[in-house]
Amino acid sequence: MQNPNSNRKYVIGGIVLVVAVLFMLRLFYIQVIDKSYQLSSNNNSRLRVVEYPDRGMIFDRYGKVMVYNEAVYDLLMLPQQVKAFDTLELCRILSVDLAEFRESVKKAREYSRYRQSAVVRQISPEQIASLNEKLFKYPGFSIQIRTQRKYPQPIAPHVLGYVGEVNQGDINSDVYYQSGDYIGISGLEEEYEPYLRGRKGIRFMLVDVHNRLQGNFENGQYDTIPEPGRKLTTSLDAGLQEYGEKLLAHKRGSIVAIEPATGEILAMISSPAYDPNELVGRIRGKNFEKLMNDSLNPLFNRATMSRYSPGSIFKAVQALVALQLGVIDEFYSVDCNKSIIGCHNHPNAHGLREGIRYSCNPYFYNVFRRIILQGKSTSQFQDSQIGLKSWYQMVYSFGLGQVLPSDLPGIKPGLVPDVAYYDKWYGANRWAFSTIYSNSIGQGEVETVPIQIANLAAIIANRGFYYVPHFVKAIEGIDTIPQKFREPVHTAIDPKYFEIISDGMQGVVYEPGGTGSRAQVPGVTVCGKTGTVQNSGGKKDHSGFVAFAPKERPRIAIVAYVENSGAGGVYAATIASLMIEKYLNGTITQTEKERIILEYQQF
Amino acid sequence: MANPRTNFIARLDWLTIILFLAMVLFGWMNIFAATQNEGTTGSIFDFTQRYSKQFYYILTALAIAVLTLAIDGKVWSFFSFPIYGLMLLILPITILIGKEVNGARAWIFIGSFSLQPAEFVKFATALALAKVLSRYNFQIHKVKNLIIAGALLVIPIILILLQKDTGTALVFLVFVLVLYREGLSWVVLFVAGLAILLFVLTMLVPLPVLLPVLSVIALMITWLYQRNLKFFYAGTLMLGALFGLAILASRYLGQEWSVARLFFIASVIAFMIWLMIILRKKHNPLLLILFTWMGAIIFIFSVDFVFHEILQAHQQSRINNILGLESDPLGAGYNLNQSKIAIGSGGFLGKGFLQGTQTRFKFVPEQSTDFIFCTVGEEWGFIGSLLILSMFSGLIIRLIALAERQRSTFSRVYGYGVASILFFHFAINIGMTIGIVPVIGIPLPFFSYGGSSLWAFTLMLFIFLRLDTDRYQIVS
Ligand SMILES: [Zn+2]
Repeated sequence: MQNPNSNRKYVIGGIVLVVAVLFMLRLFYIQVIDKSYQLSSNNNSRLRVVEYPDRGMIFDRYGKVMVYNEAVYDLLMLPQQVKAFDTLELCRILSVDLAEFRESVKKAREYSRYRQSAVVRQISPEQIASLNEKLFKYPGFSIQIRTQRKYPQPIAPHVLGYVGEVNQGDINSDVYYQSGDYIGISGLEEEYEPYLRGRKGIRFMLVDVHNRLQGNFENGQYDTIPEPGRKLTTSLDAGLQEYGEKLLAHKRGSIVAIEPATGEILAMISSPAYDPNELVGRIRGKNFEKLMNDSLNPLFNRATMSRYSPGSIFKAVQALVALQLGVIDEFYSVDCNKSIIGCHNHPNAHGLREGIRYSCNPYFYNVFRRIILQGKSTSQFQDSQIGLKSWYQMVYSFGLGQVLPSDLPGIKPGLVPDVAYYDKWYGANRWAFSTIYSNSIGQGEVETVPIQIANLAAIIANRGFYYVPHFVKAIEGIDTIPQKFREPVHTAIDPKYFEIISDGMQGVVYEPGGTGSRAQVPGVTVCGKTGTVQNSGGKKDHSGFVAFAPKERPRIAIVAYVENSGAGGVYAATIASLMIEKYLNGTITQTEKERIILEYQQF
Repeated sequence: MANPRTNFIARLDWLTIILFLAMVLFGWMNIFAATQNEGTTGSIFDFTQRYSKQFYYILTALAIAVLTLAIDGKVWSFFSFPIYGLMLLILPITILIGKEVNGARAWIFIGSFSLQPAEFVKFATALALAKVLSRYNFQIHKVKNLIIAGALLVIPIILILLQKDTGTALVFLVFVLVLYREGLSWVVLFVAGLAILLFVLTMLVPLPVLLPVLSVIALMITWLYQRNLKFFYAGTLMLGALFGLAILASRYLGQEWSVARLFFIASVIAFMIWLMIILRKKHNPLLLILFTWMGAIIFIFSVDFVFHEILQAHQQSRINNILGLESDPLGAGYNLNQSKIAIGSGGFLGKGFLQGTQTRFKFVPEQSTDFIFCTVGEEWGFIGSLLILSMFSGLIIRLIALAERQRSTFSRVYGYGVASILFFHFAINIGMTIGIVPVIGIPLPFFSYGGSSLWAFTLMLFIFLRLDTDRYQIVS
């Protein structure tokens, strides 16, 4: 044989075949079995272009704009196209912190070299104007328009709430949200988020490696058009709201005004407050922290969260329960015996109307005693349990001791003690009327939040029923407001008894010896009741006043609290009077009252 | 059918020519797909687009093919040394007057036209090697002959390395296959292959993983050979126990030795124990496995030691570059990743001609040149990949068969040279795009964009086809 090594062709050919088979197996694996490359390829070339809709505007009950949207700009960066640039100058133009900017640039690079990321958010139009002139010096940077909330009047921050970027929890719980989206975080923005946000539009675009658009994906058949957010009309009277905030300025306190016939909240003021424009855009984080650390706690909505003893206001409830239980009648009279429980100096109360007018403590001590000790059991303890049980059911029907199912998140329930509560506290059969009597004048375990007391005023104004207080008046594109706001809730009390209470409350304001004469309003019959919340620890009492007007066909039910300002008949009654006049008459004629309120400053 | 002994056309190997034409045509389609939306859309003939340029390169290549077939085959044998010498002369000139592209000084520019001389050195070296090996009474294991053959390969490697074109320089290693066919001991092939494999593995795989895995493989081979698990268990236990002892010893001595070093010590002791056992029992084949294993471990350990302890940082970096560990400026494995995404997303049938998003939108760098296989994988799927694998392995095996039927040693050696070069390009290029070979930038023959490589491969192939037509001539 001429070729002694001819057989080696099989070795060499074998090597070639082994390599080819190896490649074939590998290719079969990555092309046919492993599907992840398909996904990566789609991620590479399909760009989801999100088109953000305008968030729904918010109006007051007369159609006045309370919240609208203003265009703001985000600075986007495409790391791959970025060349060395003057970081300092860019930070100066946009007035952002250098370290912060470097951090977000780093994050953007880590996220993707080939995808745009926002490195500076919510830039004002003025800054954009100066940036636009110099943008050519920053290759790889571009500007994206978005909108942010704007408040023409800096009012009702606690009601309107604020909007911010979604957190991981939001993204996990709702597939709609993606990182960088905005969401209503508190107040009506949170409650009506599904309507206000509208729907994002998504366009799928094909992009090349430089993120340059290469046309629509599949002729846009998977694209969706953004749907603007729905307009929300609230029940607020912006004028009244603004006036209330002016009255409460530099005081700690709250006002809630309700239209009794509908349950619509006309105004809800909590002071101290803040300018809602402060919690918008890039300044939000910094300002939020500032507000959080403010010792006056301006973020706290006193109108829905401050738990006070109801004070004398609660006497109206005690009277109604007693009348309904038949343990007293309208002529029930008690001498003012201060040895039982303290009282101020006043004539003895003849009948329930005078009992309320004078706000006589011994009177209501006896009323509550009759409610609790109805003589149905010989055991004092058993009898107290039976009495408290029936009392509890009736008081509960006033919407007390429960979270009012309103449309503002975070309302507190307050407390109405029941048998179980005292059993837990003192032990079963270890408590009786003598243990719990201070509830008779609203100073015991009972606790209420202002919105509940405003609702109580609405109940008396309606003579026995209420609509759940709420802010929504209309949502664009939806015929009615939710069912729960359209159905009256009836108390367990016969409407006829409310007339007696109204008479008594009229007496509080207009009769000699009444504690609320400052609540009078020219040309209107106001029914009111003072409520002074005693504070322990030597602090001045909270001044509270509840009222509705006019007496017949009432149009406004209101509560006002001014913390640590003394008796309810002074500041709170005056504020209620001014608010009622403002709402019913549109103008303020009681300028002296207004001056006194405006001059009273706690901080 | 015409008689091949008298008819030149009938003597031509048409299977090879058809494969060549199919590859060039399929290659052009993929270059069209990869480059069709670069800038303005012009006609195929306007010479501004890559696909239109490639069209002219193909026409030129066909002319080269016809011309080569027309030239008397004896010319190549006669002028093999002058051609080789001329090519070697052009290389240093390229370094002097060439322009730097992608860090390599491998291109000569004549106007807008560029040429890569190194591409033509491959066929010249194949010619020169064929000439040397076909000398009368040539015996490969004579030291003088080995030195001559070695020098023929090493000179171009050095010159091309000086151009910083590492990929092309590595191609010349494949001539070991040719030498093997011509009688070089299989041990050289085996040891060379093992050394390359172990070197690459040492660079890529951490030693604490590599050394035990290698030991387990060696033990499994003894198991397969003996058909008895006794050695396998005993070996594993012994190695494990010695490793444990080494840890204890290092603690006792208060030394902070690395896992690799501890394993190395355990291995050396195990080696000596086994050596005594095997020598006593006269298991000679086991001795081979044992020595290979020990040799491999020492080799790995030395490579690692030399690399980390002796080489300077820039030298380490150079080696990492060759292995594709530091080659891509865009960050961790970007090229390779995008390449695999392109191929992997093709699926079984592919996305269709001109439908590949990775291809059209330029996610793969160098996709018309070194990464042209990505386009095939993406647009033609596994079917397309299979077609390419079949065409290349078919062509290479056909060339081996043609080489074997030559009566002249010159033609046979040259044929093996062509087959080996094509094989190296095929294995490295496709292996690189699917991530089983380090990223080494060499083109896929007949597919990748570029005149120099297409012309050089065409010339190389058709010289052999012409030599093949002279196969009935009496060997002089
Ligand atoms: Zn009294």
